[in-house]
Amino acid sequence: MMKFIHKTASPPYFYQLSGRWIPWLAGITVLLLLAGLYGGLIVAPTDYQQGESYRIIFIHVPAAWMSLFVYIAMAVAGAIGLIWRIKLAESVAVCSAPIGAGFTLLALITGSMWGKPMWGAWWVWDARLTSELLLLFLYFGVMSLYAAIADKRVASRAVALLALVGVVNIPVIHYSVEWWNTLHQGPTIAKFDKPSIDLRMLIPLLIMATAFKFYYVWALLLRVRVELLERERNTQWVKLLLKQLKG
Amino acid sequence: MSEFFHMGGYALYVWLSYAVAAVILIANIVIPKLQHKRMLKTLTKKMLRAEQLK
Repeated sequence: MMKFIHKTASPPYFYQLSGRWIPWLAGITVLLLLAGLYGGLIVAPTDYQQGESYRIIFIHVPAAWMSLFVYIAMAVAGAIGLIWRIKLAESVAVCSAPIGAGFTLLALITGSMWGKPMWGAWWVWDARLTSELLLLFLYFGVMSLYAAIADKRVASRAVALLALVGVVNIPVIHYSVEWWNTLHQGPTIAKFDKPSIDLRMLIPLLIMATAFKFYYVWALLLRVRVELLERERNTQWVKLLLKQLKG
Repeated sequence: MSEFFHMGGYALYVWLSYAVAAVILIANIVIPKLQHKRMLKTLTKKMLRAEQLK
């Protein structure tokens, strides 16, 4: 098992393997996005309270879920890199940050696009919104810390520690709507009894969430490949690859 | 059809949200692709220069 992990996670092998995965991930992501958009914008009925404005949900909620998911993935990869010194895990952690920041930004922007017509304000200093904003700064912190340290192995360890410390913010974001009396609405889907949402809304929402998951892996592999090339630029496999490309 | 684009009066908010999503999602694909190309180019140049010095 460990042998298998070390083989798959070795930079030359992973660089090649991920190159073969990328077109598939791209195709699946695009198909799921199209299906989700069709379901969300055309099939799903109008909300009886919020009218058509609720259609922002198909972007907002999956983006917000992904902002947490990517953070956890980043922290776990960072921890694996810290403990076992696996280069691939270090790269996965670092490369997750800009993608996670993108999802967080998207959740915040679409949130304010939804807040303005529904609450009458683009922004309120409410527990959910504030903790999500803190998440954005954590991602930015990871990115700038990594960029600031020249030795990438050292930088990876620093980044992993920062990411792990920031994990405390994740349950705060998730439970913020329950712990505090917030303007943000409570959970509609992730609760134990039946979700209080029409199936024609729920299905496209789940399709979009799945599309975003595939998108994350796709965008992540694109970044990890660049990172691996840069880190391993003086190794034999990169030189071999360059010679092959030159033909 | 125009009713679809009108979004019950919320067109600005709804379509702006989808537009922002498109921009962010596309940027996170295009940027690493460009970086990859640039990286291969720089590394190839470096390798060729090193070979000439030999």
